[in-house]
Amino acid sequence: MGKIVYMDNSATTPTKSEVLEEMKPYFTEKYGNPSSIYSLARETKAAIEKSREKVAKVLGANPDEIYFTAGGSESDNWTLKGIAYANQNKGNHIITTKIEHHAVLHACEYLEKHGFEVTYLPVDEYGLINLDDFKKAITDKTILVSVMFANNEIGTIEPIAEVGKICKDKGIYFHTDAVQAVGNVPINVKKMNIDLLSLSAHKFYGPKGVGALYIKKGVKINPLIHGGGQEGGRRAGTENVPGIVGLGKAIELAGESMDSHIERLTKLRDKLIGGIMKIPYSKLNGHPVKRLPGNVNVCFRFIEGESMLLLLDGMGVCGSSGSACSSGSLDPSHVLLAIGLPPEIAHGSLRLTLGDFTTEEDVDYVLGLLPKFVKRLRDMSPLYEEFIKKGEESCTAKK
Amino acid sequence: MYSEKVMDHFMNPRNVGEIKDADGVGTVGNPVCGDIMRIYLKIEDNIIKDAKFKTFGCGAAVASSSMATELIKGKTVDDAWGTSNKAVVEALEGLPPIKIHCSVLAEQAIHAAINDYRIKHGMEPIKEEHKDIHDEERCE
Ligand SMILES: Cc1ncc(COP(=O)(O)O)c(C=O)c1O
Repeated sequence: MGKIVYMDNSATTPTKSEVLEEMKPYFTEKYGNPSSIYSLARETKAAIEKSREKVAKVLGANPDEIYFTAGGSESDNWTLKGIAYANQNKGNHIITTKIEHHAVLHACEYLEKHGFEVTYLPVDEYGLINLDDFKKAITDKTILVSVMFANNEIGTIEPIAEVGKICKDKGIYFHTDAVQAVGNVPINVKKMNIDLLSLSAHKFYGPKGVGALYIKKGVKINPLIHGGGQEGGRRAGTENVPGIVGLGKAIELAGESMDSHIERLTKLRDKLIGGIMKIPYSKLNGHPVKRLPGNVNVCFRFIEGESMLLLLDGMGVCGSSGSACSSGSLDPSHVLLAIGLPPEIAHGSLRLTLGDFTTEEDVDYVLGLLPKFVKRLRDMSPLYEEFIKKGEESCTAKK
Repeated sequence: MYSEKVMDHFMNPRNVGEIKDADGVGTVGNPVCGDIMRIYLKIEDNIIKDAKFKTFGCGAAVASSSMATELIKGKTVDDAWGTSNKAVVEALEGLPPIKIHCSVLAEQAIHAAINDYRIKHGMEPIKEEHKDIHDEERCE
C-alpha cells in the first residue's frame, strides 16, 4: 500500500500501542475467568476494577456507576429498552432528537412498535436542538430524554448541561450518547446532571467491541443481557477482559492529554475548513465553534459524495460521506436532511475527521487534492453545466 | 466493492463532455436521488457516430455512463436502443446489487437521447418499456 492519510477518526481510531501493550497479557498469561476464585482469576477481576476506576475518574462518576458493555450500540440499546421497560408504570414517552445515531433511533422505532411514544426533536441549521422546543415536548408521561453529546456526522456539540438541568428539575432520566464526545470534550456527569452516558473505546484509540454505560446510582433500569451475575447482575456475560483493560488505558490517556489534543486538533480542523471554504460553492455543515475538535463536514454543490471519496481513496485519503450511495440506501444522511439541506446538496457531503495521528502535512496534502477533484467532478456534472448556463442567462438578463 | 473495470471507467471515464450540435440529447435521473445522467448523440446515416455524457452521481453511475457510451458508438440506432442495462453490467464485470439502478439509468439515458433524435426527425418516439426506476424505490 502507498501513502495512507487517515481522516475518518469518527468512524474509528487505531488502537494506540500503549493501549495494546496493556491488553496483551490478558490474552495469554492473565486469562483467568474473573468470576472464578483462584489467584489467576483475582488478577483479571482486579484489572477490570482498575479500568472501572479510570473510566469513573474521567467522567466524574463513582466506579460502581460504570458498567462495561460491547460498545456504543449496546450501551444505547440498553438505555432505551432498559429504562423504557423498567419505568412503564410512570409513563411511556421518550424524547430524543432527529440527529441521533441509528443505535438510538432504531431502538426508539422498536419501542414505538411496542407501545411507547417518541418525540424526535428537530434541530436548527447548525444541528443544535432548541431548549424551548425541548421543554414544550415534556409531558407528565415522559420517562427518558436521550440527547447525543456530539453528533458523529457534523460534529455539533449539544447543550448537554442545560438539558441535564431541565431533566433534573422535572425528575426525568437523562441519557446522552457521548460516543463521539469522550476524549474530545470535557465531561462531568455530576455537574452536567447526566443519569446515563454511553461510550465506546474504539473512538478514543482503544479496541473495538468494548464500551461502557454510566448509570447513576439509583436509576431504575432493566438488564438487556440476561445471564450470569457479572457487572453487579446488570450485564451478564464473561467480561471482555483485554478489551476492558484497553478501554481503561485508552480513556486514561485521553483524559491526561485532553487539553493538548483539543488545542492541536482544533487548529488543524480550522486550517482544513478555511482551505476548503476557498473552493467556490462549498459550505460548512454543523456549527463553526460548538464543534468536535477533529470534525470537518462540508458540501460541494453539483457533485456526489461517493465519487469524491473514490477519487480521494485513489490518493490514499480515507474519508466518508453522507451521500446515499455511500450509506447503502437511497436516501442521504438523516442528519444532513435534519439541518435543512436539500437532498441534492446533501448528496455532495464530505466528512473528514482528524485525530491524534493526523499531521499538518496531511491537511496540506488533502487541501492540495480537493480543488482538483471538485473541478474534475463538476466538469462532468450536468447540474453544474445547467447552473453555469443559468448564471450566464441571469447575467445577460440583468444587462 | 467495485470491480477493476468499474474503477477504470470511473477513474478514466471515456467520452466525458458535451456534443454542441448533438442530434439527440437525453437526460434521466433525479438530483434528489443523487444521480443525473445526460447522454449526447451524433447520428449520421442511422449510425451512432459519437456519444458523450455528463453525469452527477456515484462511481457506478459514472462508470455506467462511460461504458454505455462506449458500447453504443458505431452501432445502428436500433442496436443502440437494444443495449440493455445487463450488457452494461456485464461489460463492467458486475456492479454491487444496490448499484444496478445506475446501469438502468444508463439504458434509459440512451433511450431518451434516441427518442429526442426521433422526435427531432419527425419520427414517433419509441415507448419506453422500463418504468422509471425511481418510481419503484423510496427515492422519488
Ligand atoms: C454517536 C454514536 N453512537 C453510537 C455509535 C456506535 O458505537 P459502536 O460502534 O461502538 O457500537 C457510534 C459509532 O459509530 C456513534 O458515532
